[in-house]
Order: sequence, then structure tokens, then C-alpha cells
Amino acid sequence: MFLKEYFGTIYKSVKSLLVGMRVTGYYFTHLDEIKTEEYPDNRATLKMFDRFRGEVVMPHDDNNEHRCTGCQACEIACPNGTIKIITKQEILEDGKKKKRIDAFVYHLDLCTMCNLCVVACPSDAIVMAQNFEHSVYDKKQLKKILNMPDSKLMQGVE
Amino acid sequence: MRGLIEDDYVTEEGEFVINMGPQHPSTHGVLHLKVWLDGETVKKVQPHLGYIHRSIEKMSESLSYRNFIFATSRMDYLAAHINNEACALTVEKGLQLEVPDRAKYIRTILAELTRLQSHLLWWGCTGLDLGAVTPFFYAFREREFIMEIMEETCGARLTQNFMVPGGVMYDIHPNFQKRTKEVLSQIKGKFQEYDNIMTGNVIFENRTKGVGFLSKEDAISYGVTGPTARASGVSCDIRKLIPYSAYNQVQFDEILDNGGDCYARYMIRMQEMKQSVSIIEQLIDNIPEGEFQAKTKNVIKLPKGEFYQRVETPRGELGVFIVSDGAASPYRIKYRSPGFSNLSALPLMAKGGKIGDLVAIMSTIDLVIPDIDR
Repeated sequence: MFLKEYFGTIYKSVKSLLVGMRVTGYYFTHLDEIKTEEYPDNRATLKMFDRFRGEVVMPHDDNNEHRCTGCQACEIACPNGTIKIITKQEILEDGKKKKRIDAFVYHLDLCTMCNLCVVACPSDAIVMAQNFEHSVYDKKQLKKILNMPDSKLMQGVE
Repeated sequence: MRGLIEDDYVTEEGEFVINMGPQHPSTHGVLHLKVWLDGETVKKVQPHLGYIHRSIEKMSESLSYRNFIFATSRMDYLAAHINNEACALTVEKGLQLEVPDRAKYIRTILAELTRLQSHLLWWGCTGLDLGAVTPFFYAFREREFIMEIMEETCGARLTQNFMVPGGVMYDIHPNFQKRTKEVLSQIKGKFQEYDNIMTGNVIFENRTKGVGFLSKEDAISYGVTGPTARASGVSCDIRKLIPYSAYNQVQFDEILDNGGDCYARYMIRMQEMKQSVSIIEQLIDNIPEGEFQAKTKNVIKLPKGEFYQRVETPRGELGVFIVSDGAASPYRIKYRSPGFSNLSALPLMAKGGKIGDLVAIMSTIDLVIPDIDR
């Protein structure tokens, strides 16, 4: 009885190991089932999803115009103090004074990509870009000014 | 810290005191276990916390009800959706806000996908802890497809921040249903493979069967929840007991086992994965049309009072307790994290076992350290 149990255990143990090895053996011989992506060798073909949150950017059109009115909704919505908007008074052609943005400062090093600023923006001025390779040698380069030099507010956006 | 170093010697009884962690591959993070050993037998275990404290609770007191949710993704980073959902549900409870059905369904599907990927990662890591490297790669292969769904619909892989008070941030991606169904059919075919490579394996069975026993009474008195408690026979599935979101619309079983050892905990999680697949299958074709977010005011202010909401994360019961004084940010927030209570039962389970068993127990409790130490 003891011997039967003893050899039974050995049989079961060896069988369980072989069953496991069969799975590994299957993948060893079926190389087309390997799903590994070889980053960074595939950088040319790698496309991120549209909603992927890489960094905050401010799109400008061909006339160097953006949609940011400087309402600071994104600054309030940000949990980390990533965004700082510096405004200025601009005198329009008809002599009226209007608030315009001077600099939209974005600290990429503080950003957690939570998307709350994009949701909060009433005029769709900022969006999330899909670029994710942010490493730089100097930390100062992570402080970005999103509005381009000499850019203007788009007509019709209030 | 001084006290910790001074105690590091051989005690009068001849017990050897060693520190396991905070940098140890089997502690899955910065958990520091002080272990009293007699030869290879564990006499006493003492967990030391505090290495990854980020004071999320205190930080939340200065953030608005919309903003504090993002930080909870960093607590249990393998179940960020469920953490965010718990916070959103608590705020909705305070506002007495009715969430649209579509948002409820999306939330439930995403939460179950999260549970699936968390259990898959746990399965791979358990293999890794017990000396089998191969399961890790198979688990990550399937998990990667779920992560792609998350990336496509929510915009991030781990820290999604997709749940907002009132619903979800965006509507689902047009590819969401198709891709989810593909992934589910793929994963369903792989469960047999998982069983072949790990469950029946003789080395795995020897290292888990009868190891780290936790009785039903101890599980209750230590406040253990989740699969760890269900393996000891405690019925504690919040999805079943106090249904939230769309869990009252679906049929699923609460998996219970009376084994109480590491193997029972393993089997519970393996079967829970199948239950998650079945829950998603019931919901994925029936997502109702309509709004995905209820209308909320720009500045959310909760009425004066205390609000508590429980959800079931892959590791157990997560409770969110908000005290409001009527202002735009919470007066006090407390998270009842499942990992903390589960860890408190570890010294009990490990006592009298071997040091190798301690690793097996730790991996089957499924500890996530940032969840234990917020």
C-alpha cells in the first residue's frame, strides 16, 4: 500500500511537470504567437491612441492664433499647480481694453496627466498630445510656455 | 529608526532577527518586515510601514471634490478605476445625485476589467515569488490587451482618472465593445493554460497547500476582506451584499472556500477571474443609450454631514469616509484600505511556518504597498 502511494505520487508529480512543460514547449516552437513590441526599434510605426494623455499642448492655426481667453479655469481645476497663466491688458483697435494671455506657463514636471484642465476649459484651447518621450538633460526645459510668440486670440472666441 | 537598528541581534533565546525589505523582490514594494527566526522557523513577524507615505488623505483636504479623486489612483495603482469609483460614489451619495444608467454600466465593465488585470498580474507575480518565472510572461501578455483597452478609452494605462462625480469623463471609445469582446474570448481560452502551468504543478502545490492557515474567526476579528477572507469562508463580497453601480443587474457567484490556506486563496482568485469575464459578457452588449455623465455644478459643495461608501477592489473592501462642513473641499477624508487590514493578519499566518512560506503567504494575500501606506 505504501509503495503504491509512493509511486503514485512520483507519477503524478512527473505528469504535472510535463503538462506545464508542454505549454512552454508550445510557445517555444510557435514563434508567431509572440506578441512582444520591440520599442524603441518600432518608433517609426508606433502610434499611440487618440485619447492617450502625453502632455498638454495649445493648438495654433495657420495664422498663429489660439483659442485661450485667459479665463484661468484650467489653473483652478489643476490639483498640482501645474498651470500658471500670466495675463496682460491689450488695447484693441476700437480703443477698448481687453484681458489677453501673456504667457501660458506649463510645468510638465509637476503634471500627472489627469486631464482635468482639458475637461475644465470652456473654449477648447488646450488638448492632450500623444507624445510621451519627455526626458531631457536639464529640468528647466520641462517648464514650457504653450502659447507661441506673437500669437493672437482667434476671432469669435470669448 | 534607531530602535530598529539596535534590536538587530541574536536574542537571549537564540532567535535571529533579520530585516526582510524594504528592498526585497518578494515584498512587491517598500514593505519592511522584521522577522524573528529560530533556524528557518518564523517565530514572529513585525511589519514596519511608512516608507511610501504620501499623505493622500491630508492632501485631499485642500483639494476640491472634483480634484481629490486623481490622487486615489496612486493608492492601489492596480485598481485605480475602482478607487476612483469609490470616491465618485461617495461624492454622489453626498449630493444625492442619480447617475445615468450608461455611466453605471461603463463603470462596472471597467471595474471588472481592472479586477481581471489585477488578478492576472497577481497570478504572474505569485509564480515569480514561488520560483516560476514563465507564468509572469503569460500573465503580462493577456494583461497587455486589457491595458490597451484602458489606454484607448481612458487615455492612461494605470492612473486612469476616468471616474468623475456624476458619471465618467468621456463616452466609451467606438472600438471599446469590439476590442473588449476580442480580449475576453482570448482570455477565456487561456485559463486552461494557466491551470496546466501552475495550478496542478507539484512544486506549487507543495509550497501552498496547508501553508499560512487563517481561520474564519481570525479573518473576521482581524478585519480581513476580499479573496483572502473568502478563502477562509467569510462571505464578504460587497458587490453581492451591498450592490453599487450595475452589480444588481448581473448574475454572478460569490466564490467561497473553507481551506483557509495559500492554495485556497489562489483558487479563489483563479475562479474570480472567470466570474469577472462572465460579468463583463453580460453587460458589454447591453450598454444603454443616453448620457454618460449627470449634470453637476461647476463648484461641487457637499452638505454638512458624514458620507461613507464601500466598494470591492481586487484586494478587498475599500471604504471612503468623507466628513463635510459644507465647504467646497472635504473637512476630513479617511480611506479604509483593504491591504492594511489584510497585512495585519500576516504575523498570525506566518507564525510557526518556514521563511519560504512567508513569501508564499505574502504573495497570496496580494499586497500592494502604496495602498497599505497612503
